[in-house]
Amino acid sequence: MATATTSAGETKNNGVDLFGLLATYAPLIFLLVLMGIFAWLTPRFLLPLNLVNVMRQVSIYGLLATGMTFVILTAGIDLSIGAIVAFAGLAAAAIAKGGLANRFTAGADATEFGYGWPLAMLIAVLCGTLAGALQGFAITRLKVPPFVVTLGGMSAFRGAALLMAGGGPISGFDAGYTWWGQGYLFELPLIGRIPVPVMVFLAFAVLAHVILRYTRYGRHIYGIGGNPEAARLSGLNVRGITMSVYVIMGFMAGLSGFILSARLNSAEAVAGQGYELIVIASVVIGGTSLFGGVGTIFGTVIGTILIGVLQNGLVLNNVSPYVQQIIIGLIIVLAVAFDTFAKSRRRRA
Amino acid sequence: MNSSNVTPFLRVQGISKRFPGVQALTDVGFDVRAGEAHALLGENGAGKSTLLKILAGAHLPDEGTIELDGRPVEIRRPVDAQALGIVTIYQEFNLLPNLSIAENVFVGREPTRGPFVDWKALNEQARAVTARVGLNMDPRRLVKDLSVAEQQMVEIAKALSMKAKLVIMDEPTSALSETEVERLFRIINDLKSHGIAVVFVTHRLDEVMHICDRLTVLRDGRLVGSSEVKDVRVDDVIRMMVGREVALHGRGGRVAKRDTAMLQVEGLTRMGDTNDPHAVRVRNVSLTAYTGEILGIGGLIGAGRTELARAIFGADPIDAGRILVNGEEVRISTPQDAIRHGIGLVPEDRKQQALFLSLAIRPNLSMTALDAITDRLGFVSGRKERELVDTYRRKLSIRMANGEQLVSNLSGGNQQKVVLARWLALNPRVLIVDEPTRGIDIAAKNEVHHLLFELAAAGIAVIVISSELPELMRLADRIVTMREGQISGEIEREQATEESLMYLFTHTKTAA
Repeated sequence: MATATTSAGETKNNGVDLFGLLATYAPLIFLLVLMGIFAWLTPRFLLPLNLVNVMRQVSIYGLLATGMTFVILTAGIDLSIGAIVAFAGLAAAAIAKGGLANRFTAGADATEFGYGWPLAMLIAVLCGTLAGALQGFAITRLKVPPFVVTLGGMSAFRGAALLMAGGGPISGFDAGYTWWGQGYLFELPLIGRIPVPVMVFLAFAVLAHVILRYTRYGRHIYGIGGNPEAARLSGLNVRGITMSVYVIMGFMAGLSGFILSARLNSAEAVAGQGYELIVIASVVIGGTSLFGGVGTIFGTVIGTILIGVLQNGLVLNNVSPYVQQIIIGLIIVLAVAFDTFAKSRRRRA
Repeated sequence: MNSSNVTPFLRVQGISKRFPGVQALTDVGFDVRAGEAHALLGENGAGKSTLLKILAGAHLPDEGTIELDGRPVEIRRPVDAQALGIVTIYQEFNLLPNLSIAENVFVGREPTRGPFVDWKALNEQARAVTARVGLNMDPRRLVKDLSVAEQQMVEIAKALSMKAKLVIMDEPTSALSETEVERLFRIINDLKSHGIAVVFVTHRLDEVMHICDRLTVLRDGRLVGSSEVKDVRVDDVIRMMVGREVALHGRGGRVAKRDTAMLQVEGLTRMGDTNDPHAVRVRNVSLTAYTGEILGIGGLIGAGRTELARAIFGADPIDAGRILVNGEEVRISTPQDAIRHGIGLVPEDRKQQALFLSLAIRPNLSMTALDAITDRLGFVSGRKERELVDTYRRKLSIRMANGEQLVSNLSGGNQQKVVLARWLALNPRVLIVDEPTRGIDIAAKNEVHHLLFELAAAGIAVIVISSELPELMRLADRIVTMREGQISGEIEREQATEESLMYLFTHTKTAA
């Protein structure tokens, strides 16, 4: 109406958003402060050996968090990843043992029965990807909220893993298999040998960063997460892209399941329990908004390392693992509180 | 105007209400006499709803007094209004669908025996009060199984059971059939004969003339006047509703030649959710938009304009109808299809439907046009994207610091330009703009208008939907009007007056 007028100023802010900048670098600052505190409390925290160890411990969380960043950017969530990790790990282990029938009888040396690690890895990734596709289908076609679908998936895939395991772990793989979890790639001066899982994590993080930042597909993910209705009215394929992020998440969970079994030289049905919480925490602490449309892989990497440093530092200081759980829980709530605040600032336009 | 010998039941004086950015009401006053039906009239955005909500206790006025039976009262919350005997029946009823008629009538006031609901008394009392409004039905039936008209009767029965002295009804007839309207009018007459006053908000002036005793007209948040219905004619009322001067002038003389029909819509029908009586429907709409012409679509809120635009664009599924672009029939079932055929839509709600508030200006501007600046591998060219932003920043004079600024930091006018730029980057053949200047200031409004003129001049078939009559008359070469989902008329700009448009908004073609 003619009476409606807006304030005189054409643009309210002449430059880059300072609060936005702070929000971007807050996780990094928090990480450095935390590392400073732990270094002061226990100097051996900063030893290269320990830091490489932290990285190795977080590499599987990191792989999962990379996939989870895609999901959360679309304002979705995936609670089933821990179960898929277990299921995919068991599938890989069974393949390495030459099938479900002789999964317990064949020893580590009995590799002649098995199918070798390439097929094991492929099957694990395939299992994960299919699981993700299944859930993506339920979310985009049956219109069940992601929270509910993946909560169901969390139970269903864990059940499938328990069925497949049939009561005990599948252990003892050949060297080619375990290299993916225990091996080293190359040696860096001062730092030492770099574990394979760390490199896999970093490679996928770089790939994900490039996709999200520089491709049209990445742009569409931010658009759909930021405003699905606007995305639809802008001609974006909202359903297809939403489906794809669950497929990506499933792929990462499958790969993680394989690498975890390689690292432990064993696959069991209870593997990956509680991973969803740590992974979602890593992503959110890294600044990705649970409301969608905001977040970076850089932040997720920082968030993942932050969780790893926290766990490692607390262990070095003899803090009970139960207390660790409490602290991680608190940090998640605080990170989301900050996110909610940041969102209200963005909306106040 | 008022015969002062009657003491009003309700007297409202000097009411002002400001919302952030909008003065919704300025010094509004009117009064309602016991036992009268009083129509509250005005264009979209005139301030009727705000006034109703103040009387219902949903909004607090900034200034002004309300007197009931000569005593000043304060209505701070909805319960205050109810305690004073003022009951409001909203367009979207306030019923609990999964509860029975009786439970709805007495919700929160159920007769009890000890801590338990006295079901026998509840149902008996409900039967008595629903019978008074002519709803002779088992009070144990669930409300969700009732028709709209029956649900409305439950609302009225609820008002009676609360000993209402004033019943306010917001567009009570909009979802009713003709016979149901007749029945509602009988109920209203019955209320009046029991000394209950009814305030009636409607867009249907013929109904006002039929049922109401007096009327009050608001315009732009101010009181235009009150009058006895028997003293005025429909034309007078329309003049009171629109009566302002047309402040903005057209583009002077340019006549669009209608030689190329770019968009043809034939028999488009969208019934929407058939279970939702309030769903705005589109019924058998046919229209043609020509290259180089601005086609205006006018109508009141709920007339189906936005729904028509969304149906053409593939945002909502259609039940019947054909769409032709440049003479060729096309199948549009998603916005992607529409975009492929060169149709763009600037939706009415910028923040909810167009902008990505969490993103910067650059990705907001390029979102629909990414295909053109993406290479075969799917990478977006940073250089081309920056050029795109620079081009439209200059072309539309978007006032911004740089493309990395959050779009939420822009003023409404500049945000709208970003949304327009998004579509222009696609070189559309048809551009539908729904409420192009809602909530933006006069200067930016002027800029957007000139931009739309330029687009039409450049050969785009522009379709403008606007609730502001002056805007519609300034922009459009030709105006198609809608009422209740149907085309109610078509008028050339030279012939269009606010009065003639308002007449078409409120009357169907057959009645005209």
